[in-house]
Amino acid sequence: MSATTLTHDHLHDAHHEEHHDAKENALFGFWIYLMTDCILFASLFATYAVLRHNYADGPTGQEIFDLKYVFVETMFLLFSSFSNGFAMISMHKKDRFGTLKWLMLTALLGLGFVGMEVNEFAHLAMEGNGPDRSGFLSAFFGLVGTHGAHVSIGLIWMSVMMGQLYFKGITPAITSRILRLSLFWHFLDIIWIMVFTVVYLMGVL
Amino acid sequence: MQGHTEHAPVTTSSNTTGFVISLLLTLASFGMVASGSFPVSMTLSAIVVLAVLQVIAQMHFFLHLDSSPSQRWNVMILIYTLVIIALLVVGTLWIMYNTSIRMMPMMH
Repeated sequence: MSATTLTHDHLHDAHHEEHHDAKENALFGFWIYLMTDCILFASLFATYAVLRHNYADGPTGQEIFDLKYVFVETMFLLFSSFSNGFAMISMHKKDRFGTLKWLMLTALLGLGFVGMEVNEFAHLAMEGNGPDRSGFLSAFFGLVGTHGAHVSIGLIWMSVMMGQLYFKGITPAITSRILRLSLFWHFLDIIWIMVFTVVYLMGVL
Repeated sequence: MQGHTEHAPVTTSSNTTGFVISLLLTLASFGMVASGSFPVSMTLSAIVVLAVLQVIAQMHFFLHLDSSPSQRWNVMILIYTLVIIALLVVGTLWIMYNTSIRMMPMMH
């Protein structure tokens, strides 16, 4: 994590150290990115908190949120985080196809989550309750949609990593990328805990 | 840095523990709201506490953040971020609430 002063003409051991440090630095940098992403979500949460009762005679949270539906969505994401953990365990064991199998399951569960969310959004929009309906709905689509966009980008990233794993195997570079992807994926599940609590559960209370 | 990557790999037991705790906390949150058998103010505080507990559980079991030296800088940045978030969210709500109160007499 600390900056290394080693240069390329050092001994093999030193090279190893440097490589190790570079990987740790990349993870640390990615962690800083995730923390800035937290601030982005905090702004969206603050906006939602301010606008949550601005219905403009449109529907309220109680009318449009279905707790059972959101519970299933939550389970998709929680199970995908769980299966992602197993992908990391397989990767540490250098089990290429085990990792692929678990990543595949993680991606399918993530896809289930995104599919349910897209379906929810489409239904709302078709009933005339799109983001343009009220301040409450703008803030809702802004917050939940940003999370959904992150998950979708995570899915694209995951497909690319599955391709790299399949064709190139578990190389140090690929391991390092998958570790960052794993961090991203767990982070999105953590953000979702706040989303279902603040938006959906408080919305129907 | 992410110490678990080199020093303490993710284990089946920590992954499963994190999952089971998260599952129970999620069930408790949804169950409490769905049952509707508790006063609203009590349910509200309970689901906030349950969410915070689940965030901590996932950070501990899935992200492996703890007080170990390898995690020091990760945790420092997390704390710094939490301070920024508190300023941002509390500040926004405070200002907007005040603005809204001052607007009241103008509303019909």
